[in-house]
Amino acid sequence: MSTMKKMAKQSKSQWDGYSLKPRKEMPEGLWLKCPGCAKTIFQKAVAENMHVCPECGHHFRIGAKERIQYLVDEGSFEQILSELVTSDPLDFKFRDTSYKERAKSAEKGAAGKEAMLAGKAFIKGRGIMLAVMDFNYLGGSMGAVVGEKLSTTIEKAMEDSLPLVVISSSGGARMHEGVLSLGQMAKTSAALAKFDDNGGLFISILTDPTTGGVTASFAMLGDVIIAEPGALIGFAGPRTIYETIKVELPEGFQRAEFLLEHGFIDMIVKRKDLRSEIARLIDYCGKH
Amino acid sequence: MAETQTKETKDYLAFEEAIVDIDRQIAELKKLSSAKGIDYSAELRKLQREQVSRFKHIYANLTAWQTVQVARHPKRPLLSDYISLMVKDFRQLHGDRTFGDDAAIVCGLGHIGREKVMLVGQNKGRDTKEKIKCNFGCPNPEGYRKALAKMKLAEKFNIPIVTLIDTPGAYPGIGAEERGQAQAIAVNLMEMSRLQVPIICIVIGEGGSGGALGIGVGDKFAILEYAYYSVISPEGCAAILWRDGSQAEQAAEALKLTSKELARLGLADAIIAEPLGGAHRNIHDTVYNVEQYIVKTLRELKRTKLENLLENRYKKLRNIGSAATKLQKTRAPKTEVEKAAEKFLKAGKIKPPQVTVKV
Repeated sequence: MSTMKKMAKQSKSQWDGYSLKPRKEMPEGLWLKCPGCAKTIFQKAVAENMHVCPECGHHFRIGAKERIQYLVDEGSFEQILSELVTSDPLDFKFRDTSYKERAKSAEKGAAGKEAMLAGKAFIKGRGIMLAVMDFNYLGGSMGAVVGEKLSTTIEKAMEDSLPLVVISSSGGARMHEGVLSLGQMAKTSAALAKFDDNGGLFISILTDPTTGGVTASFAMLGDVIIAEPGALIGFAGPRTIYETIKVELPEGFQRAEFLLEHGFIDMIVKRKDLRSEIARLIDYCGKH
Repeated sequence: MAETQTKETKDYLAFEEAIVDIDRQIAELKKLSSAKGIDYSAELRKLQREQVSRFKHIYANLTAWQTVQVARHPKRPLLSDYISLMVKDFRQLHGDRTFGDDAAIVCGLGHIGREKVMLVGQNKGRDTKEKIKCNFGCPNPEGYRKALAKMKLAEKFNIPIVTLIDTPGAYPGIGAEERGQAQAIAVNLMEMSRLQVPIICIVIGEGGSGGALGIGVGDKFAILEYAYYSVISPEGCAAILWRDGSQAEQAAEALKLTSKELARLGLADAIIAEPLGGAHRNIHDTVYNVEQYIVKTLRELKRTKLENLLENRYKKLRNIGSAATKLQKTRAPKTEVEKAAEKFLKAGKIKPPQVTVKV
C-alpha cells in the first residue's frame, strides 16, 4: 500500500506532458503501475512478456542488453569496440561535477561502457551487423564514441555485405562533447551514404524515445524505418516545443502512430514481432 | 545630444564600456572644434590611438559568452549584406517543389569573384517585419528541402556550392515536426556528404546545432573570428545541465564554441578574420575577407580531381572526433588456472618463479 502512495506522489509533477527524463517505471518491488492503462501489474509478468504490459500492450523502455536478448539468436552477439571510451575532449565541468565523473557513474546502470553496443549477430540464422543504443547511459546521447562505433559497424557491414540494423533510443547529441558530438551526425550520415552507394540494406528501428541529433541523422536514413508502438520520435523534444510556442501540444503528438500518419516511418511493429519482421525484410532486400 | 547618445550606446556591448567613454570624448571634441574653430586634431589622434589599443585588448580577450554576444549583435552583417556586396548578378531560386518556400533559407545562382556559385544561406532578417517573415533565421523543413533541391541543381550543372550559416537553430514547432524536420536535416547531411561538386561552408554568425549542420557539410568549413558554432545554445545547455537558464555564461565557456576552439578541435579548417571591434563595425571589410576566402578556396578545390575531392571529404567527416575516443586498457579476465596459481602464491606454499631480466 505504501508503495502505491509513493507512486501516486511521484506521478504528480508540474509538467503534465511526457518527459525525456528516465521515468521511474521500474521501481524495486513486485508490482508496478503501467503508464499505459494505469493498472497495477505483476512485475514478473511484464518481464516475461518482453517488458510489454500484458494488459494494454504498453512498451516499457528497456536497456541495450534486454534489446539484444529479445532480438538476436541466443548467444550469437559478438561485440566490437566494447572498450572504447571517451577522452573528454572539452574537459567539460558543470556545477560541482565533471563529464568524466558522470560517464563513470553512468556505467553502473548501463549495459556497457558507452551509450551504444555494436557487433555482429544473427537473427533467425541471418547474419547482420547490429548497433543498439542504450538509453540508460547518459540518456543514450551520441558522443564521439557512439559515432565511431556506429561508423565502424557500418563499414564492417559494407565489407562483409551484411544488412545493418540500428536500434535507436536517445535524447540526441551529447552536450558534454560540444561540437564534436554534433559532428557525429555528419560522420554517421556520410558513412551511411557510402553504405547506400554500395547497395547495403539499412533497417532503422526507433524506440522510445528517439529525438534530437540522432533522429536528425542516422535514425531517419533507414531504407526501412520501423518504430515500436507509442515511441516518442521527433527533432525537438515536446518540452522544448512547448516552451518555445507556448501552445498545448495535440494528443499523441510525436508518437510513432503520429509519424506513421505523416509518412515518416514505414511500419509500427510490436516488440514480440520484431525478430520475424526483420528476418522477412532481410529475405526480401538482403544480398543473401 | 542625449538622444543621439542613447542611440549610439545601443550598439555597444556591455563589455565595451571603455570604448563608449572614448567615443563620447571624441564626439565632444569634434563638436567643440567645429563650433569654436579650435584645432583639436592632436588630441583626437591620441584618443583614436587609445581607442584602437582598447579595442585590440578587449577583442583579444573575449570570453566565450562575449563572443556569443558579438555573434548575435543586431548590426552584424547578415546574409542580405553578403549577397548585395559580394555576389554579382544574384538570381534567387525559390521553393522546395513539395510544400512551400521558406524565407529563412535563401538559395540562388551568382558570381563570387569570377566563379559561378550556388549560394545557400540562412537569413535572420534586419527589421521586425523581415525577422518575422524569415522566422528569426529558424528554418522549417521546407527550407532544408529547398536547399537540397537547389544543391542538386548545382550538382547537375557542375556549379560549386557556397553555404553561409547563420541560425539560432532549426525551428521547433508543431508544423515543423509534422513535416519532418529531423528527416529533412538527416537527408541533407547524407546527400551533402556525396554531392559531386565542391562545397564550402562558412559560419557568419550563429551556428546553432542541427539547424546549422543541415547546410553545413562540405569540403571546407570556415568560421568568422567572432562567430560561434555549438551543439546546443548556451541557454539551453545551462537549463539542462545547470538546471538554470541564467548560467548561460558558464555553459558557453564549457561548450568551447568559439572559432579558436573549433580550430583546435580540428572542426574548422579556417578562421576568417574580422575587422577591429567585430564584423558589425566594418561590414565591407568583413564581406571582403569572406569573399577572398571563398575565391581562394574555390580555386584550390576546383583543381582537385573529383575522386580525390570526394575521398578527402569522406575522410574528413569520418575522422571527426576520432581523437576524442580511446581504447580503455583492461586486463583480460583471469582464467581458472591463473586464479588458482594466485591463491597458492598468496598462501605462500610455493615461491614465485624467479625471472631475471637482463638490462
